[in-house]
Amino acid sequence: MTLLPGLLLAGLIAAQSAGSQTPPIFQPGAPGAASRVITPGEAVALSRSTFTGDDVAFMQHMIVHHAQAVEMVELLQTRAASPAVRLMGRRIALSQQAEMDIMRDWLSQRGQPLEMPGMSHAGMDHSAHAGHAPARAMPASDTPVMPGMLSPAQMQTLAAATGPAFDRLFLTGMIQHHQGALDMVDALLATDGAAEDTLLSDFTNSVVSDQSAEILRMQSILSDL
Amino acid sequence: MNVRRTLLSTAAALGVLTGAGLAPTLASAQAPAAQVIAADARTGLSGGLHDAGQAASGMALEYSVPPPPGFFDPDALFAPPRNQAEAEAFQARMRANPKYGPLALANTDMAMSDGKLFLGNFNGFNAYDVTDGAPRLVMSVVCPGGQGDVSVHGNLLFMSVEENRARLDCGTTAATGEVNAERFRGVRIFDISDLNAPRQIAAVQTCRGSHTHTLVPDPADPRSLYIYNSGTSNVRKTEELSICTDGQPDQNPETALFSIDVIKVNLDRPQDAAIVNRPRIFADSVTGRVAGLWRGGRAGIASQNTSQTNQCHDITVYPDIGLAAGACSGNGILLDISDPQNPTRVSDIFDPDMAYWHSATFNNAGDKVVFTDEWGGGIGARCRAEDPSTWGANMVATIENRTLRGRAFHKLPSAQPDDQNCVAHNGMIIPVPGRDLMVQAWYQGGVSVMDFTDPTKPFEIAYFDRGPVETGKLFVAGSWSAYWLNGRIWSSEIARGLDVLKLVPGPNLSAAEIAAAESVRADTINPQTQMRVSWPDSPEVAQAYLDQIARSPAADAALTAQVQAGVDQWRQSAGARQGSAELAAALTAAAEKATGADKGRMTALAGMFGRRAG
Repeated sequence: MTLLPGLLLAGLIAAQSAGSQTPPIFQPGAPGAASRVITPGEAVALSRSTFTGDDVAFMQHMIVHHAQAVEMVELLQTRAASPAVRLMGRRIALSQQAEMDIMRDWLSQRGQPLEMPGMSHAGMDHSAHAGHAPARAMPASDTPVMPGMLSPAQMQTLAAATGPAFDRLFLTGMIQHHQGALDMVDALLATDGAAEDTLLSDFTNSVVSDQSAEILRMQSILSDL
Repeated sequence: MNVRRTLLSTAAALGVLTGAGLAPTLASAQAPAAQVIAADARTGLSGGLHDAGQAASGMALEYSVPPPPGFFDPDALFAPPRNQAEAEAFQARMRANPKYGPLALANTDMAMSDGKLFLGNFNGFNAYDVTDGAPRLVMSVVCPGGQGDVSVHGNLLFMSVEENRARLDCGTTAATGEVNAERFRGVRIFDISDLNAPRQIAAVQTCRGSHTHTLVPDPADPRSLYIYNSGTSNVRKTEELSICTDGQPDQNPETALFSIDVIKVNLDRPQDAAIVNRPRIFADSVTGRVAGLWRGGRAGIASQNTSQTNQCHDITVYPDIGLAAGACSGNGILLDISDPQNPTRVSDIFDPDMAYWHSATFNNAGDKVVFTDEWGGGIGARCRAEDPSTWGANMVATIENRTLRGRAFHKLPSAQPDDQNCVAHNGMIIPVPGRDLMVQAWYQGGVSVMDFTDPTKPFEIAYFDRGPVETGKLFVAGSWSAYWLNGRIWSSEIARGLDVLKLVPGPNLSAAEIAAAESVRADTINPQTQMRVSWPDSPEVAQAYLDQIARSPAADAALTAQVQAGVDQWRQSAGARQGSAELAAALTAAAEKATGADKGRMTALAGMFGRRAG
């Protein structure tokens, strides 16, 4: 299917409304108040929500945030010791990549850029990419690119570790990273008018539930290392 | 804190049994082998909103009812622009009308009452007359707020509301801001006694909104009803709702986290419905610590201030056995609900393969629970060949001495491509005597029926599936809930409306087994309020048991022939009872030697023929 052909749609809607037996659509009032009858067009309009600049910024930020988790899991391939940590990392990478797809779709479906102005790849501190850590001449910053992420220095320390030491750093780092996502959701929800878009609202709920559960699991693995 | 055991699964396969201090529950040799999810007839179906390819096995689509007027938004279905001209046209459209609502018209959960099916929707609900033939729309109600989980009791319809934009008055402008007196998040109550004049009569505000809710009858008072409300969203500001405060229990003992809401409805005055308890069902049973559920491994990191199990997603109550099963984010739990206003936890389990405990369904005997894992929240593709078969799957658990124990995982046995959101979702028991069957929604993975009679070896016996909304592009769609309601499978399709499916006989399910299930009827069915099913003594039910016994490789051909003759005689003449007593005796003797489910089936048959003999 390409975009639904207009004709087909018109036909579908006409066929539905043509059934003269269709009952009216009620919109109830507040508790105790009477309902009123509305048109199908009004019913659809009621379902539509708008989105704010904060919603867009949240999605753009979260893509960058998730990309760091994927990068951390890439480090894990050659450095981790514990099979439980590897398994956990695989799950996180799958989840974060899938969520990045959802976020990109959300932005592009609303005609929004995938990256925030000034947040483009080129504009970022390259030392954040620990996988290809820069020369020692430039000490990595202790300040993360944005709140909720690991700092470039933390990423470098992680990249330099192997075996059980890596496992421990990976888990503590990923717990910090996931907590950052939960904080980002909290901040969004505290913003006026934000997260009213249904898909975004649903997405933030899944971020909270999945990442809380993953934090729980990582704590469990950490304590058993 | 109870000792929790790890279900041997992926973890076992990789040799990472972490609980060194815990006795494994299954010897490695007994650990069920993980499923291999391969491509099958469902994998490559063609895409289309209303003309997607279909595949079915063991069931057939009887009716497909498209969304009614007012519940379909062509603008919400959108594929990204493919060229410059399309991109420019799209940008222009977005500038002209930035309001855009995919998922905002999604169909969600269902209930059936008094010959009507109630279909929840993020934007309200619809009611269909289902007494005869194709479902016929009889009422549409618009009241935005998601997700629109519905239950029905008499003339009252209850609806869950969780979104920030929802208003008390089902209104036209979103409730905005951090604090808004018009905002409504909680459980709405509608009077639906007059289909031509539905009214909202109450709106019970809760601290975390209402993601799902469950009706719980009061065994002591038929004129009162309880609602267990599960809120999974953020806690509202105290300034908006005075009973709400946020934070960890260490810092704030009154926190709205770590509880469910118990709402009491006086059926004579439903407008006065109110929260009567917010029990601390996750508390440690010994220390009373509010955040008492699994927060870490054996070394204990319980002092860390991080996330944990502080909510339930869904609770299924089984009043007949006085228990409820809760799927509560990081844990599965069992609640004693003999005092429904004060549910208390009696068991809990944790498993490293379960990402998010989402829903729970008891078997009819009440000694098994199927927990689902909604890994990823349902909007992503999680049934791909590369996704582990123990993630986003069902966990079959048993209950012994009111203690849960995980036994096996089961996932949709069909690889679903990137363009289809898929993970385990809502289901319900199909009441076939002698077997534990569950029909279940897997979003765009379709509808699937699982046999979990042997809790260690669940398998699929029937399915129905469609291709994606558009090939190569993931649009959120598919079956939200698939329930067995009065003889048919009802599936609420997020984007495509309502599907009605009929079971068809095959090698895994006989005509008699289907007939026995179709004969089970109830006036009102709220799937999360589970009712015990009993079957009458009838030749069809006897045939169903016999078909199961005969299907077993260990079947005794002489005995099955003898029983078949007895069933045939019964079918021809209810009064012809000769030989029934002997048959009952033969079956009783065989049952003594039989094992597993066949033992129960033979015992049930012996009982039927014994009563028939008089």
